[in-house]
Amino acid sequence: MKKMRERTRLIIQLAFAALTNGYVSGFLGQKLYKGKLKQFCLPGLNCYSCPGALGSCPIGALQAVAGDRSFSFSFYVMGCLVMLGALIGRLVCGFLCPFGLVQDLMYKIPVPKVLRKIPGDRYLRFLKYIILVLMVLVLPDRVTNIIGQGDPWFCKWICPSGTLLGGVPQVLSTPALQASLGFLFSWKMGILILVLALSSVNYRPFCKYLCPLGAIYGLCNPVSLYHLEVDKEKCTRCGACSRACGMGVDVPKAPNSPECIRCGKCASVCPHDALQFRFVHRKKEKHGQAENIEN
Amino acid sequence: MKRYYGFFLLSVGFGMACAGLVRGEAMTVLKKAITLCLECIGIG
Repeated sequence: MKKMRERTRLIIQLAFAALTNGYVSGFLGQKLYKGKLKQFCLPGLNCYSCPGALGSCPIGALQAVAGDRSFSFSFYVMGCLVMLGALIGRLVCGFLCPFGLVQDLMYKIPVPKVLRKIPGDRYLRFLKYIILVLMVLVLPDRVTNIIGQGDPWFCKWICPSGTLLGGVPQVLSTPALQASLGFLFSWKMGILILVLALSSVNYRPFCKYLCPLGAIYGLCNPVSLYHLEVDKEKCTRCGACSRACGMGVDVPKAPNSPECIRCGKCASVCPHDALQFRFVHRKKEKHGQAENIEN
Repeated sequence: MKRYYGFFLLSVGFGMACAGLVRGEAMTVLKKAITLCLECIGIG
């Protein structure tokens, strides 16, 4: 059951990454897709400079609008993210994000998982909210050049997804770009290598500590329509779900924690079938069995 | 009660997205997305 569920998730992740990066001419001719689809944001952290990208990166788009001299904040992009967050929360991270997929694949490498919990984990998880506010929303709007345009701070200084999906293929295929490489590329490659190396011993460190997109979806998680319900009558608090959770969520206590990426591992390992993902909340009766539902 | 928060958030998001579309933000997103983002790929 667990293997079957994990395999299905992997197939969905691969299919979605291939579909949203399916502009084959981009990989062959190295010219970006310039069609109207690119005004729409993809749900996951998918660099729009990836040769095959058919849509926009939502975090790049947030910074592009904030950095534009005509605007300070993107209601369009944030609205789309809030809508998606309200519908499915961090299910996007678990199933639809290409960089989440990369980290999942890294974690499958059979090396001893010596760093399952990073020291200071509890506090480091707040870092993604600081990055969201500072590097995605404030700095691109406030720190501008002489024509009033701001840099995409997160994309420029941190985003390993941009380096992997956009930077590496573009630089490998364009000699003119190779001649322009400098400190920034080395810095970003360093971050990418560090994140990938960490991902082999710790489950999804980028999603836990650094991802501003995960921060937005995470804030929607506790109220999203797609949610996890714990049947308290069936739950024996054996702890199997929490032990299986790579994101470190205490499932019976906080089933809809901002950290949950809805991967479903908890539900598949539950020996009592006490965990269920649902779109519609079960009605809680005043006196009866259904009162024992935690969500 | 919690189930209504999701619907409320959904409508807030929809309203924000519509407001952004009216302001012409989608064009700014498109303009940025169809050109190679040098910062994103680490050139600067």
